[in-house]
Amino acid sequence: MTKLIASREALLMLAIAVLLGIIAWRFPAFVVPSNLLSVFNDTSPLILLAIGQMIVILTKCIDLSVAANLALTGMVVSLINIAAPDLPVIFIVLIAIGFGTLLGMFNGILVWKLAIPPIVVTLGTMTIFRGVIFLLTEGKWVNSHEMSDSFKSIPRTDLLGLPILSWIAVVAVIVFTIVMTRTSLGRAFYAAGGNPHAATYAGINVGKTQFWAFTISGAIAGLTGYLWVSRFAVAYVDVAGGFELTVVAACVIGGVSIMGGIGTVFGALLGALFLGIIANALPVVNISPFSQMAISGGAIIIAVIVNAQANRTTGRIILKKAEHAA
Amino acid sequence: MSTGLARLACARPTLSPFLNSDLHMRPDVSPSDAPILSLSKVTKTFPGVRALSEVSLDLYAGKVTALVGENGAGKSTVVKTLTGIYQPDGGEIRVDGAPVQFPAPQTAENAGVTAIHQETVLFDELSVAENIFLGHAPKGKFGLIDTRAMRKGAQEILDGLGAKIDPSATLKELGTANKHLVAISRALSVDARVVIMDEPTAALSHAEIDELYELVDGLKAQGKAILFISHKFDEIFRIADNYTVFRDGQMVGDGAIADVTEAELVKMMVGRDVSQIFPERDRNLGAEVLSVTGYDHPTEFADIGFTLKRGEILGFYGLVGAGRSEFMQALFGTTKPSAGSVRVNGAEASIRSPADAVSNGIVYVPEDRGNQGAIVDLPIFQNVTLPSLKQTSRKGFLKMAEEFKLAREYTERLDLRAASLDTHVGSLSGGNQQKVVIAKWLATEPKVIILDEPTKGIDIGSKAAVHEFMAELAAQGLAVIMVSSEIPEIVGMADRVIIMREGRIAAELSREDISPEVLVSHAAGVTEIHA
Repeated sequence: MTKLIASREALLMLAIAVLLGIIAWRFPAFVVPSNLLSVFNDTSPLILLAIGQMIVILTKCIDLSVAANLALTGMVVSLINIAAPDLPVIFIVLIAIGFGTLLGMFNGILVWKLAIPPIVVTLGTMTIFRGVIFLLTEGKWVNSHEMSDSFKSIPRTDLLGLPILSWIAVVAVIVFTIVMTRTSLGRAFYAAGGNPHAATYAGINVGKTQFWAFTISGAIAGLTGYLWVSRFAVAYVDVAGGFELTVVAACVIGGVSIMGGIGTVFGALLGALFLGIIANALPVVNISPFSQMAISGGAIIIAVIVNAQANRTTGRIILKKAEHAA
Repeated sequence: MSTGLARLACARPTLSPFLNSDLHMRPDVSPSDAPILSLSKVTKTFPGVRALSEVSLDLYAGKVTALVGENGAGKSTVVKTLTGIYQPDGGEIRVDGAPVQFPAPQTAENAGVTAIHQETVLFDELSVAENIFLGHAPKGKFGLIDTRAMRKGAQEILDGLGAKIDPSATLKELGTANKHLVAISRALSVDARVVIMDEPTAALSHAEIDELYELVDGLKAQGKAILFISHKFDEIFRIADNYTVFRDGQMVGDGAIADVTEAELVKMMVGRDVSQIFPERDRNLGAEVLSVTGYDHPTEFADIGFTLKRGEILGFYGLVGAGRSEFMQALFGTTKPSAGSVRVNGAEASIRSPADAVSNGIVYVPEDRGNQGAIVDLPIFQNVTLPSLKQTSRKGFLKMAEEFKLAREYTERLDLRAASLDTHVGSLSGGNQQKVVIAKWLATEPKVIILDEPTKGIDIGSKAAVHEFMAELAAQGLAVIMVSSEIPEIVGMADRVIIMREGRIAAELSREDISPEVLVSHAAGVTEIHA
C-alpha cells in the first residue's frame, strides 16, 4: 500500500509534468520559472484551503463552508480595517485566524455534540455565513480605496523573491505535513476516518477529532479570507462563490479518499497545483473557460477511478480470510 | 440433489395472492398423516465448516415443531435452506412428498414456505399494507399497483389475526408487538402453508408473548405447519407438539414433546463428547485485580457484580441477547451504565470512555474484529501503537523510534510475519491482521483483557491457537474475561463462569461445578437444575 500511495502521488506528478509539457509546446513562455512561481502564488489560497479540507475529509466529514468562512472573515477584517485603519496588520492576521477558528469550531461542535451529518451542517453554515455578510454590509462592497495600504500590501510583499502569500502556503505545507505525520492529533485524524469503530476502541474520541479537523479547516479559511480580500483589494458577499467545490476537487484529485482515512498534505498540494495550472494555462493557450471546466471535471473522475482501483485490495473481512487460512 | 422435476413455483399457479380461503375453511384435515414439508439427509458445507450434516426434519399440517439446539447447531442454516437463501449440497427437500428445489427465496414463497425472522425485515417509512405486500402487490391497469385491493387484502389478513391495525398507517407508528403482527401478516400474505418462526419472542414482553401463543394456536387450527425456533424451554413446552434437536449440524433426536422432559432435551442439546482439546495450564491465581459492583443499565442489564483475580480466566456464558456484550461495552466505556462502580487493584476507577478504560488497564477485543479491530489503511506499527500513543509521544509529538520499538516487541512476541512494520495492514492475511489487533492491545500492558467471542466463526485449528494464547496470557498474570456462547470453550477454558440471563447474573460457578447441562439449564431458565 505504501508503494501504491507513493505511486498515486507519483502518477499525479507525472500528469502535472505532461500537462506542463503540452502547454510548453503550445506556449513556451508559460513554463519559465518566473511564470511558474506566479502560478504557484495564484494557487496558494487553493493550496491552503485544500490542506484544511483534506484533514476534514480524512475524518469522514466534509466542509462545504470554507469559501463562505473565507468571505465572512475577509469582510469582518475589512470592516475592522475601515473602523481602525491604524491597527497593525499582524493583529488583523491574528483576528482573521481567530475568527475563522470560531466559525470552524461552530461546525465542529454541531458535528460532534449533536451528531448532525457534516454535509448538512456545513451546507447550513455556508448559507448562514454568506447571509451574515449581507446583514453586516447590506450588500455593499468594501473597495480598494477604503482599505489601508498596509492592509493591502502584506500578501504582495516580496521576501527572498517570493510574495508572502506564497511563503504562507509553503509554511502551511511544511507545518501540516509535520502535524499529520508526527503528532498524535495527526494520527488520530487518520485513525478516526480509517475505521471509527477501531479508533473508538483504541481510546480515540472520534467526534472530538472531527471537531479539531473542522477547527483547523476554519482557521485556515479565516487566514485565507484576509489574504484573499487584501490581495484582490475588494470584499463583498459573493467573494470566492462556489470555491468550496474547487477545494474538494483539489483534494479528490490529490488522492484524498472521500470515504476517509486516506490522504496526505503532499497529495492535496499536488491536486491544488493541477487545478491551478489548468486555470492559469488554458486561457493563455486559447481554450475556452467551458473546456476548462470539462477538463477539471474529467480530471476529478479519472482521479476517483485511479484511487478506487488502488483501494480495491483493502477492506477485506478478517474472519472470512481466517476461515480459509488454516 | 433432487432432480427438480416438480418446481413448486409452477405447481400451484392459480392461487390468489391473498390468504387462501379454502385453507381458511378447511378444518384439521388429517394433520399428522404425511408431512407437508420434509428435509431428508440435507447437507450444507461452508469452507472449513460443515453446517448441516445429513439432517432430517418433518413438518406436519396443524402441528408446531420446535427446533432446539445450541448456538451454532445449524438452526439458522436450516431456515435459510428452507427459504431458498442457501442451496443444500446434498439431500432432498420434499413438499407433499414431491422433491423440490428452492433456488431463490421467491420459489420457496411460491411453494408456501415463509419465515418470520428474528429481526423483522420491514420498512419503517412504508404503510402497513405496503409492507405486507411488498414484492407481490396486486397489480391493476397498466401494471400499476392496485392500492385499494392491496389495502383490502391487508385488512383481511389483519382481521384474520384479530389485529387492530390500520393498513394505511405508517409502520413506524406501530409498537414492537404490532410490527411483529405485520411481519406475520406478511408471511401469511403469500398463501403460507409452512410458517417458520425464528425466535419470535426475543423482542416481546410477557403480555405480547401470550398474544403470540394465541396466534400460533390460530395458525395451527388453520392447518398450517409451524417450525418454531426458540431457546426458551417454557415456550417450547407450552406451544410445541413435536421437537427436533440439532447439535453441531446433526439431527440428534426428535419426537413428540409430550414424551420428553426438559432434562432429556438438555442432554440431547449438549451431548456427551467434548471433542476439542484444550491446553493444560497451571492455575496460579494472584491478587484481586478487578471488582465490579452494582452495574445497571436502563434497558440492557441490571445488578452485575463480580471480582476477578490475576491469572484467572472468567467465562461469561448466556444466550444471545442475555446482555453480556452490552455489559462489556459499558465496562469498557463505550456505553454508559446508569449505576455501578469498578475498582482496579483496589482503587476506584472512573470509566467514562474507552480511553479511561485503557488507561486503567482494561482492554476489549470486540467480537467483530474485522469492523472494529484493525485500520487497514494504516501500516502495522501505527495500528499497534494506536492505543499507546501517550507512551510513544512527548507533548503531542510522536517518537517514531519508540513506536517502532514497541510495535516490533509485540509483533515478534506474536510471531507476526510481514515484510516490514511499514506494511499496510490491509495487505496482510486475515490471521496476521488478527495478530496486529491483539498486539495492539498487549502493547498497552493491560491488567484485564476482555475477549468477546474470541473463536466465533473460525475453524478448529485456529481455535486451538487462540485457546493456547489465552492460556499463555493468563499464565503471564493477565486477568482474562472470555465472553463465549460455545459450551466446550467455557468448559475447557474457564476457571469460573458467570451465566447471564435476561440482563442479570443467573449463576456463578467455579470450575468444579461447570458442566454443559448446568450451563444450558441456567441460561435457558430451566426450573429444575440437573447437575
